[in-house]
Amino acid sequence: MLNLWRKLYVKSEIIRAYSLLSPALVLVILAMAVPMGLMLSFSMFTQVSMMEIDYTFTFQRYIDFFQKNLLVTLLIKSIKISFLVTLITLVTAYPVCYYIAFYVKKNKMLWLVLLTLPFWTSYLLRVFSWKIILGTKGVINSSLMNAGILSEPLTFLMYSETAVVITLTHAWAAFALLPLYVSLEKIDFSLIEAGRDLGLSRFEVFWKITFPLSLPGVIGAILIIFIPTVGDYVTPALLGGTDGRMLSNMIQAYFGKINNIPLGAASATIMLATVAIITIIVSNVTKRLTQRLT
Amino acid sequence: MNEKNNTLLIYTLLYFGFLYVPVLFLPIFSFNDANYMSFPLAGFTTEHYEEMWSKRNLHKALWASIKVGVVASVVSTTIALFAAKAFARYKFRGQKISYGAIMMPFLIPEIILAVAILIIWVNLGFKLGLVPVTIGHTLFCTPFAMLILIARIEGFDFSLEEASRDLGENAWGTFYRVSLPLYLPGIVAALLLSFIISFDEFILAFFLTGSDATLPMYMWGQMRFVQKLPHVLALGAVIIVFTTLIVLLAFWLRNVGQGKGKKDIAIKI
Repeated sequence: MLNLWRKLYVKSEIIRAYSLLSPALVLVILAMAVPMGLMLSFSMFTQVSMMEIDYTFTFQRYIDFFQKNLLVTLLIKSIKISFLVTLITLVTAYPVCYYIAFYVKKNKMLWLVLLTLPFWTSYLLRVFSWKIILGTKGVINSSLMNAGILSEPLTFLMYSETAVVITLTHAWAAFALLPLYVSLEKIDFSLIEAGRDLGLSRFEVFWKITFPLSLPGVIGAILIIFIPTVGDYVTPALLGGTDGRMLSNMIQAYFGKINNIPLGAASATIMLATVAIITIIVSNVTKRLTQRLT
Repeated sequence: MNEKNNTLLIYTLLYFGFLYVPVLFLPIFSFNDANYMSFPLAGFTTEHYEEMWSKRNLHKALWASIKVGVVASVVSTTIALFAAKAFARYKFRGQKISYGAIMMPFLIPEIILAVAILIIWVNLGFKLGLVPVTIGHTLFCTPFAMLILIARIEGFDFSLEEASRDLGENAWGTFYRVSLPLYLPGIVAALLLSFIISFDEFILAFFLTGSDATLPMYMWGQMRFVQKLPHVLALGAVIIVFTTLIVLLAFWLRNVGQGKGKKDIAIKI
């Protein structure tokens, strides 16, 4: 038996490949696929009392979700906040990547390391540092009040949607930079020169050549920011107040003090479905856009 | 492009400012002799740093984070090494799907992973604690480690391994004497970066630790009390310096011998 296996192993590449992959696949199946399957079935149960769950299948939790104004509002707000964060990050980060890809000649590696370094410092601490900046007695307010420009602190800075958007934009920036940079770096510069030689204006060169060629990086950046920010918990919890609350904060409450695990599981499933739908839309739209532009 | 673009350069430098300045407020205020984090600064003190020595719970949380980080990074790097080898070495049916499946934990919101693991763990009748956190972190670190290792292994000349087999070395000997030395910088980089990811991870820990706090959980607990904030700032400053050093080391390792490696090995053989 062992000998037969050994013979197969030596002969067949596919068996060798899957033997090497098996630990990773087992991990993904046991620690992700099975738990998520169970989460899906829990979203169809009913919480009877604190400790008791009724295990008959029902779609009632999904109906509950869409009948609760609060949950629908939070879902929409989560999407809106993520959308804003993604848009702001893309627009602000693109020129930076453009500069490094096309103008920096020496020590490119150093620039890239410097760009991605903040991403590796603790996420919790990065969010917390914005609390120091935006707080009622924080850096901005205390500086402005000391300078005599303000007599009372600006309250909209903290515990608001604005605070959440600013903080998330900062926290996820490094993530957007890498895919954007990689796609810009790959562009063959002679194409841009050819465009210029043919008399296209700077704007036309950018819109007709550079931008379409960088679209794969743009999709990468959109997905890589949008997906985690939709489900962000820390930032709205620390800086959002009631105005900046997002769906994750409710999901946490359902698993914590409210103790309605089926509704929490249904909310998480709806969040996952939202992410999946948006991923599909983004990749399709950009595919069409690429076809039209190139 | 030979021309310069000063507008873009200034913009890029400002953007770097936006990335770095907020984080610098933590160390600045950690030396400030006041409970509130506002300007003007009240005076210089190292008191907040000294305070850290006496916090029992902080030490416990630090130890918990180190344990989880070491186990999660070693296990995920080992698993990722095998997987990276499969993707870099072979072309096989189901390659894309397998790759997608292994990258998944990195692509779905972390809170969903946390909730899913929480449900199954509690329903299996286990107690929450550092074990489910370690499992979650291993799942989350594996795709990162795999990306780093694939980049390292991709340019690898596999005929070196074949030569070793032909010369009579068995599979383990070949791995130990030929492959491992070449992969080593990548492996160490993957270990260090996975450790940092686990060390800083909050959401999975938040849902799964129960009463055994990890370091980010400890900080989260202290952040609510104004009078405890200064020592969180000091702790934060220490963590930032420590992670930055480790990450720089990992970046350096990732590039070390890349491209030159083949020549060196050829000479040794």
